[in-house]
Amino acid sequence: MTALAFQLDRWARRLFPFALSAFLVVLSVVPLPIPSWGLVVPSFGLIAVFYWAIHRPDLLPAPAVFALGLIEDILSGAPTGLNTLVFLLVYGAMRNQRRPFLGKPFAVMWFGFLVVAPAAIFAEWLLASALAGRFIPAETAFVQLLLTLALYPCLSWLFASGQRAFLRQS
Amino acid sequence: MAPRGNRIMRYAAPLKAAAQRFAFLMLIAGAVGLIILGKADAVLVERLRVAVSDAFAPILAAFARPLATLDAAIDEAWELINLRAENERLREDNAELRHWEQVARELGAQNRALAEALKFVPHGEERSITGRVIADSGGAFVRSLLIDAGARDGVAKGQAVVAGQGLIGRIAEVGEVSSRVLLITDLNSRIPVVVESTRDHAILAGDNSDLPRLLYLPSNLSLEPGTRIVTSGDGEAFPPGLPIGTVVAASEGAARIQPFANWSRVEYVRIIDYGLKGILGPLEPLPATARTKRPVRP
Repeated sequence: MTALAFQLDRWARRLFPFALSAFLVVLSVVPLPIPSWGLVVPSFGLIAVFYWAIHRPDLLPAPAVFALGLIEDILSGAPTGLNTLVFLLVYGAMRNQRRPFLGKPFAVMWFGFLVVAPAAIFAEWLLASALAGRFIPAETAFVQLLLTLALYPCLSWLFASGQRAFLRQS
Repeated sequence: MAPRGNRIMRYAAPLKAAAQRFAFLMLIAGAVGLIILGKADAVLVERLRVAVSDAFAPILAAFARPLATLDAAIDEAWELINLRAENERLREDNAELRHWEQVARELGAQNRALAEALKFVPHGEERSITGRVIADSGGAFVRSLLIDAGARDGVAKGQAVVAGQGLIGRIAEVGEVSSRVLLITDLNSRIPVVVESTRDHAILAGDNSDLPRLLYLPSNLSLEPGTRIVTSGDGEAFPPGLPIGTVVAASEGAARIQPFANWSRVEYVRIIDYGLKGILGPLEPLPATARTKRPVRP
């Protein structure tokens, strides 16, 4: 019985990164009474994928990233596969390049994100434009990028506290 | 035992890494495949989207409710603060509306008399369905909303969606308990419209900005700012005469429209079921009588 409880506890803890990331992705489409919020809402999913690809890629495996991207695409009404592909590319790149970031101070991580996020959102804009067959006005995407960069410290702190609280032993 | 374990490990580790890399590439290919299938409007992708939206609809509705309550409380506080000014404004509005009521009554009577004289056959009943917005227009590249009414409530593809003062879009995807509304400001939105005063036909096209454009206007037509634009009912997608917005900037053969709907505060929408198949339905061949016949020359 205790063994089962232990297993369940272990599974719940291991599910934490994906569950929190999925929760944030869902939260990002909830309508807020702020004008135009829905257009420039920061990409919580991108931050989550970046953070966990560096810190615990074993707990957010590629299929989970695929699922996160797909949920984001469908709930936000974006072209199917757009965020899915961008999230996977960011995940793949960061999982391979995680060594230089591990154990480094927060500023280094944020600097890394400062490089990766614009590239990801630019790729997304380019892809969305290609699908639409013309260049989509980029102002909203730019504001979204700025908000995402600004929000990174908050979410990163949230993930780090969660990681300390739930994932110390596993 | 130990050497054998080592040997297994020696082969297993690279194999596992290779399998992981292969799985990752398959997922990338899957994402690209979804993009291509989605672009080609595959039924499969639409089913997937609808199923996921339906699955998340109850969760989103649960999130939206407390936020709406909070919003209502803030609104109420503002209303209390602005009570006097609001009262004054309403008094003025009321006086003006009384005048319009008189005009409407006269026109109504006249309309009835004329319809009688012309043996006019009115269109059947139109029904409306109310839905709550559960997911905001998503991200920087699309302008759409998710609402909590679906096929179960009688929502169908192509129906007009109205919020507050005017048209905001049309139903693009229908699930069992949720549907997606493509807003008139979206890049892919094309709505047949008519200039209310001159009855000139045009197409209202979104371009992801807040002010959609009028296309295919007669080139000699110059629209005054403030001219009202309504749906034309062409293509049988929408009921005719739904208010959309007013002209804000116009040049030769082109104009930008300020929609009546208040985009920042769309909380509930009304879906109008007009009983029409619409342009999104299957194409049927024209009946023989509708084809133009050349008169036979003597």
